[in-house]
Amino acid sequence: MTLSAANLSVGDTHSEVLVEDLTRTQLVQYAGASGDYNPVHTDEKFVREIAGYPTVFAHGMLTMGMTGALVTNYVGDGTLTKYGVRFVNQVWPGDTLTGTAEVTAIHTDDGQHLVDLKLTTVNQDGTPVLTGTATARVKP
Amino acid sequence: MAVENFAIEASHIMMFARAIGDANKIYSDAAYAEGTDVGGIIAPPTFAQASAQFDENYRLRPKIGKPWMGSGKEATGIAPKTEGASDDAPVGMGARGLHAEQHFEYHRHMRPGDVLSATVKPGESWEKHSKRAGVLKFSETVTEYRDQTGELVITARSVGVTTEKAVEG
Repeated sequence: MTLSAANLSVGDTHSEVLVEDLTRTQLVQYAGASGDYNPVHTDEKFVREIAGYPTVFAHGMLTMGMTGALVTNYVGDGTLTKYGVRFVNQVWPGDTLTGTAEVTAIHTDDGQHLVDLKLTTVNQDGTPVLTGTATARVKP
Repeated sequence: MAVENFAIEASHIMMFARAIGDANKIYSDAAYAEGTDVGGIIAPPTFAQASAQFDENYRLRPKIGKPWMGSGKEATGIAPKTEGASDDAPVGMGARGLHAEQHFEYHRHMRPGDVLSATVKPGESWEKHSKRAGVLKFSETVTEYRDQTGELVITARSVGVTTEKAVEG
């Protein structure tokens, strides 16, 4: 699916549940796929005794990856030109995350139609864990 | 990250897509992908992060025969040997380091068969004070990923932060 500028309005939103009850196993899976083996994400003993956190927590890039799936589900594959985020709160095992993309602008650059999105991912308490923006190519 | 041979492979893309919980067949099913506008398998938007696998000195991966900071019998906290580690290893992502921001600009999307190399430039650094975490030290790096023809594929900007105290939630 690729969006069309003609069918988009500023303020349109697209939301998805990104993960329900995030598991420690998924953090292990992400460590293996990404190559980031920082033990704060996978090693309960290390994270409590050395790092001083109550338990392991998600890679920020896992949350960015899951939010990226929401974005590409909305705008279509291979159309992103920019995607940037801030990690504003930690994500813990057991969290359920919901992401929302909101259209903030529809414009053209050098003849190419583009849509700008504002992104917010929140946990089950409604606390933002990630905020960001994305820009994608759209059909006229 | 000093990365010279980030070979983009379909099986790695499939595993990465599984890890982020993205069931989109564009990342795993070549026959499906060929029938789309994109015309073939591409990598998910955050796949450049997996270039860490191809950084010989990446300090957040256990090295064969070297002490590792993660726990065995004990939580040793032994830091990976920094000698020989690239100076441009991600800043602020150790035990007390966190990833604060990540930004990607896509000149095109990566496909299996691409072989990327990355060059890293240090960016700005700054400090902030936080009641929750004490002194926060931020530092930025800009990484350019180019393909085997020298064409710029992705520009990534990363901000790491180290905190004085552990931050909960």
